[in-house]
Amino acid sequence: MFVVETPRIARKSKPGQFLVVRVDERGERIPLTIADSDAEKGIITLVIQEVGKSTIRMGVLREGDTLLDLVGPLGKPSHIDYFGKVVLVGGGIGIAPIYPVVKAMKYAGNSVVSIIGARTKELLFWEDKVKEFSDELLVTTDDGSCGHKGFVTDAVREVVSREPQVDLVVAIGPVIMMKAVAEVTRGPAIQTIVSLNPIMVDATGMCGGCRVTVGDRTKFACVDGPEFDGHLVDFDELMRRRKMYVDEEKTALQKCRLNHVATQHTFRAEHKG
Amino acid sequence: MEEWKKHKQPMRRQDPHVRARNFDEVALGYTEEEAVQEAERCLACKKSPCVEACPVEIDILGFIELVQQRDFLGAARKIKEKNALPAICGRVCPQEDQCEELCVLGKKFEPVSIGRLERFVADWEAANTETLAPERPAPTGKRVAVVGSGPAGLTVAADLANLGHSVTIFEAFHKAGGVLVYGIPEFRLPKAIVQREVEFVKSLGVELRLNYLVGRTITVDELLAQGYQAVFIAVGAGLPYFMNIPGENYNGVYSANEFLTRSNLMKAYRFPEYDTPIKRGKRVAVVGGGNVAMDSARTALRLGAEHVYNVYRRSRQEMPAREEEIENAIEEGIDIRFLTNPTRILGDGKGWVLAIECIKMRLGEPDQSGRRRPVPIEGSEHTIDVDVVIMAIGNGANPLLPSTTPGLETNKWGNIVADEDTGKTSMEGVYAGGDIVTGAATVISAMGAARRSARAIHDYLMTSRK
Ligand SMILES: Cc1cc2nc3c(=O)[nH]c(=O)nc-3n(C[C@H](O)[C@H](O)[C@H](O)COP(=O)(O)OP(=O)(O)OC[C@H]3O[C@@H](n4cnc5c(N)ncnc54)[C@H](O)[C@@H]3O)c2cc1C
Ligand SMILES: Cc1cc2nc3c(=O)[nH]c(=O)nc-3n(C[C@H](O)[C@H](O)[C@H](O)COP(=O)(O)OP(=O)(O)OC[C@H]3O[C@@H](n4cnc5c(N)ncnc54)[C@H](O)[C@@H]3O)c2cc1C
Ligand code: SF4
Ligand code: SF4
Ligand code: FES
Repeated sequence: MFVVETPRIARKSKPGQFLVVRVDERGERIPLTIADSDAEKGIITLVIQEVGKSTIRMGVLREGDTLLDLVGPLGKPSHIDYFGKVVLVGGGIGIAPIYPVVKAMKYAGNSVVSIIGARTKELLFWEDKVKEFSDELLVTTDDGSCGHKGFVTDAVREVVSREPQVDLVVAIGPVIMMKAVAEVTRGPAIQTIVSLNPIMVDATGMCGGCRVTVGDRTKFACVDGPEFDGHLVDFDELMRRRKMYVDEEKTALQKCRLNHVATQHTFRAEHKG
Repeated sequence: MEEWKKHKQPMRRQDPHVRARNFDEVALGYTEEEAVQEAERCLACKKSPCVEACPVEIDILGFIELVQQRDFLGAARKIKEKNALPAICGRVCPQEDQCEELCVLGKKFEPVSIGRLERFVADWEAANTETLAPERPAPTGKRVAVVGSGPAGLTVAADLANLGHSVTIFEAFHKAGGVLVYGIPEFRLPKAIVQREVEFVKSLGVELRLNYLVGRTITVDELLAQGYQAVFIAVGAGLPYFMNIPGENYNGVYSANEFLTRSNLMKAYRFPEYDTPIKRGKRVAVVGGGNVAMDSARTALRLGAEHVYNVYRRSRQEMPAREEEIENAIEEGIDIRFLTNPTRILGDGKGWVLAIECIKMRLGEPDQSGRRRPVPIEGSEHTIDVDVVIMAIGNGANPLLPSTTPGLETNKWGNIVADEDTGKTSMEGVYAGGDIVTGAATVISAMGAARRSARAIHDYLMTSRK
């Protein structure tokens, strides 16, 4: 987890938006969701899952280090409004980006049911923060080490069948999870928004690398999204496209595994400019 | 006329077999002797029609005469009176359609190699002198924001700084230069040259703010509210078109913008030393016939492809790419399939590209652009096995900035509507120029528009009471 000082981005950031980071001169441009922001203090919070070279390299940064480049806020903000009863789902790392949506939906007067889940207890975080702005919080772990045993989708199914009326579902997490949630809500035709995370380069609408199929149309997730109607998204294509560089990612990783110690830590980085 | 005067002094180039595998610059430039020799070919025409065909009206005869006298520094100064980026234009201008097209010598023989001489002079200056920033004029106290740091943005910034205004450029990327850094490859335009020109613009006192996506990080209205008295929008034509044929979202299909950005800006050709990956196809098909297509094809080759096809729906005569680069590409072994158009991309069942299906075309009646319209020949479908496909069929206006700037008028293609002579838009104090106004065009036309707009912005600043 990172707290980054960047007043110009903090000032503008809205729920659902992300930024692009480049750690050093040879680094890749990687998109990360703005999980929390404080305009007054000029800071934002990022939550990062170390999955490959760039994210691992971010993991070894220490308090006071600087990030080379930071551009944002990017993407369209979430559509926040009064809907009535909303169910907000965060899976794994998706707990971080769902949090600002929870907060904003609550402020907009909605009745908020939040569902967060992870593989196991150690990977859960921010239960308190999410709870603070939820009328009800359901927690799941795959192994049952915390909350209900099972997937977040099980909890979604339960809430949807129990509640007479659900007006909106927002799901953020692994692609497979978002796909599953969209399947659960398709039958009862509950509007479902998902936040897509295709591979990006510029994140300004210039390269088309982030294209996704929504309905019959090709969309650029970085500028048209990242949020889309979950019932229209071609998730299988998205999963395939995310695997475009598996071989290269392995090569990159081998080069950097050597000096890495996996740790979880909170600290502050700064971005000049 | 002596025989040697009839032909252009040839320019040394890397051997095609060698250069097809490296990213070093292909053309090696003139020596002093070669440059003087080439300059001697000029007929010193009284009317100098060549100048008329240069969008920034360089005093071509003037600088050529200085080259004849071996006053290379003087020649550089002469060019820089009109063109702040000569090392770039000398390399990438489509001279055959501009200055050299109207060269009198070219009527009977080959025209004077104006572009190569311009390049020589600019390189000579860089190698032999310290570029001194000109003296700063007295500050006017006026502030101008420039959005985008491509050739148009850099030109307007330099001109306005030279007039004493305080200029800030806002650029979305982490590097300045626009297409010059992310699009045109190293082997055609070394990035050190672009960097040199950017440094020059900075030395004039222009402030560069990178990683600023105007429309998101800050809006045009906010710039105006923050005390910039004028804004110049030069965000280029950065929206990649796709063909909308089946299979375009398979893994292995790129837009040229993505392919070139990965390779040039992110240095994926040096992966894994640099982190950004790129698919190195064995058999690659590039679709399109412009400079972007040539650059993509030649980049794919340098990334190690065994066979690179270039699929183009018209014939060689209609190809919009620079003549010199088409020749270079063919020499390097790019397999250009003229009068051929893709109909769909075939996948391997796991989401990866397997082949591209194409249809043969013939040229029919001329269309609005005056070029003969290609018509498919029924039953001529055939497939070409490839593992990477690059779509280089053109770019449109990126809607991000216009859509976040209420009151900024655009046309039906999304280009900003701006007066041709002044760059004035529908918003008070807001000007625009370059590809965002004209659609994808050329470096020098973007610079020409910027220059005209700089004059208009200057007049506006000095007369408006804000
Ligand atoms: C809008 C958006 C928001 C995101 N928010 C977060 C977040 O808040 N926290 C978080 O940990 N991750 C987030 N991600 C994913 C994150 O960007 C990738 O995990 C990261 O880029 C991986 O880089 P790497 O070098 O560590 O791993 P790699 O070894 O390069 O790749 C590992 C995985 O990451 C994906 N990936 C690789 N490069 C990119 C890229 N440039 N863009 C997107 N995905 C990529 C690959 O598909 C692969 O599955 C987000 C992605 C998007 C598009
Ligand atoms: C591959 C390729 C090869 C080419 N070859 C040639 C050639 O050989 N000869 C020739 O004359 N022309 C060539 N061109 C065309 C030429 O490069 C363009 O016409 C020219 O660069 C246009 O200049 P510009 O300043 O209008 O825009 P650009 O060069 O496109 O610069 C626009 C800049 O604005 C930035 N930007 C965009 N949106 C925003 C925003 N919202 N906020 C902040 N910044 C933003 C972009 O990141 C970019 O840096 C080529 C183009 C390409 C793509
Ligand atoms: S800027 Fe371009 S058109 Fe003008 S003289 Fe130089 S090469 Fe010719
Ligand atoms: S038209 Fe050709 S020959 Fe005449 S002055 Fe210009 S460059 Fe020289
Ligand atoms: S990341 Fe390049 S267009 Fe979206």
